[in-house]
Amino acid sequence: MEFRRSTIYMGTTAILVLSLTGLMLHAKAKVRASAPLFARKTAVVRQLELTDLCLFTEATYTRHLSMTDLSTPFQDAPLSLEHFPSGGLVGPPPHLAQKP
Amino acid sequence: MTRMIERQRHIMDFTLAALLRRKGKNGALLSVYTLLVFILASILFFTHALKHEAALVLNEAPEIIVQRTMTGRYQTIPVAWSDRIRQINGVISVHPRLWGYKYDKDFLANYTMMVPAGNPPEPGSIDIGSGISRMRGANRGDIIAFAGHDGQPRSFTIRNIFDSESQLVTSDLILLSEKDYRDFSGIPEDQSTDLALQVRNPREYATIAEKISRMYPDSRPIVRTEIQRTYDALFGWRSGLMIVIFAAVALAFVIFAWDKATGLSAEEQKEIGILKAVGWETSDIMLMKFWEGSIISLTAFLLGTILAYAHVFFTSAALFAPVIKGWSTLYPTFRLTPFIDFGQVATLFFLTVVPYTVTTIIPSWRAATIDPDTVMR
Repeated sequence: MEFRRSTIYMGTTAILVLSLTGLMLHAKAKVRASAPLFARKTAVVRQLELTDLCLFTEATYTRHLSMTDLSTPFQDAPLSLEHFPSGGLVGPPPHLAQKP
Repeated sequence: MTRMIERQRHIMDFTLAALLRRKGKNGALLSVYTLLVFILASILFFTHALKHEAALVLNEAPEIIVQRTMTGRYQTIPVAWSDRIRQINGVISVHPRLWGYKYDKDFLANYTMMVPAGNPPEPGSIDIGSGISRMRGANRGDIIAFAGHDGQPRSFTIRNIFDSESQLVTSDLILLSEKDYRDFSGIPEDQSTDLALQVRNPREYATIAEKISRMYPDSRPIVRTEIQRTYDALFGWRSGLMIVIFAAVALAFVIFAWDKATGLSAEEQKEIGILKAVGWETSDIMLMKFWEGSIISLTAFLLGTILAYAHVFFTSAALFAPVIKGWSTLYPTFRLTPFIDFGQVATLFFLTVVPYTVTTIIPSWRAATIDPDTVMR
């Protein structure tokens, strides 16, 4: 038996839609299951008085992004260029960038 | 109703056959389109999940941190400041924090050394993050030596290693006692790195920060909401690499739209002419072109989004990892929690599917309204 092209297309699309729906449900289940994990993480943050995520360890101003100042990224010379890739990924903290 | 569905299916059959006749061109178009959706969706999923995680985790960060600056750079802060700050109404407690960095020349890695507020290791022992443990192959009970501020090495026994599940906040941490840290860093007894404040009422953060600034003009208070906002602005569209990626994706979409909006190829126009000559209505041709745009864009959207989800949440965004690692040799290997919602997927749909479908319709309408005889000639 030969299927019509539209039947094959609609079947494929239905499989893709179902897969996407399945992934959305997977996301929901994972978020629900990760509540105890987040409770443990926040307990560590509270206990150690941490202020930042450990995303980039190459430069001090991107390791503790919220604690940085405006001069550290420029190192010791006003003309020194940004040489850490993470510096090109993140923006400055809003409380430093905003005008008084 | 059945007749209408059957009509749509016949047009769809015809459209699919027409698309398959130009397999190479349409296959390339679908691949590039899927890749664009994949890149956009990966960035959207990754940044949203990371920001959401940061907001949740940093909800327990200190309410206010007070730093001291000199000539625009931060300096150690006198511990005596905490006595005056504690007297400000609304401040529950002030705790001097001791922390700093250590560059390990042997492993080319930066560590964050810190004295914890509670349960510090005994002098001579340390707790380390799982990133350090992995990188150095160090386990509980091993001895690690670091050169202090005077160049003399100090040996520490590893008391504990943080769980790998908390890597996103502890990967590069080394916790040690206050005595060891002061000896190691050379920070005098009367100084600390900064002060962590506990405040009774969140609505008082700004007022207390202002009072501290007035009390000590060289101080810099950072409130918790500012810490959270920092991570909310992370990977903003204006930050270097992001603007390059978004510009490339936008340019690719403009090229798509331009290709479609400048008109159809002679072959496609001839096809439309023949269809009109054999009795197709303008509305039938418009419908065919609608299905053509929808089939390509919907398939690209579904494929791109599914692949992006797998990339970000099943492979820990493996393609982004080299960019995030940069020059660092010590980095967390974390798996993000998939904080995605229907709104995000809907936004992605409207940003990618709708513009393409619309640009397919306009030139088709122009071609479909021309006299078939003129088109075929």
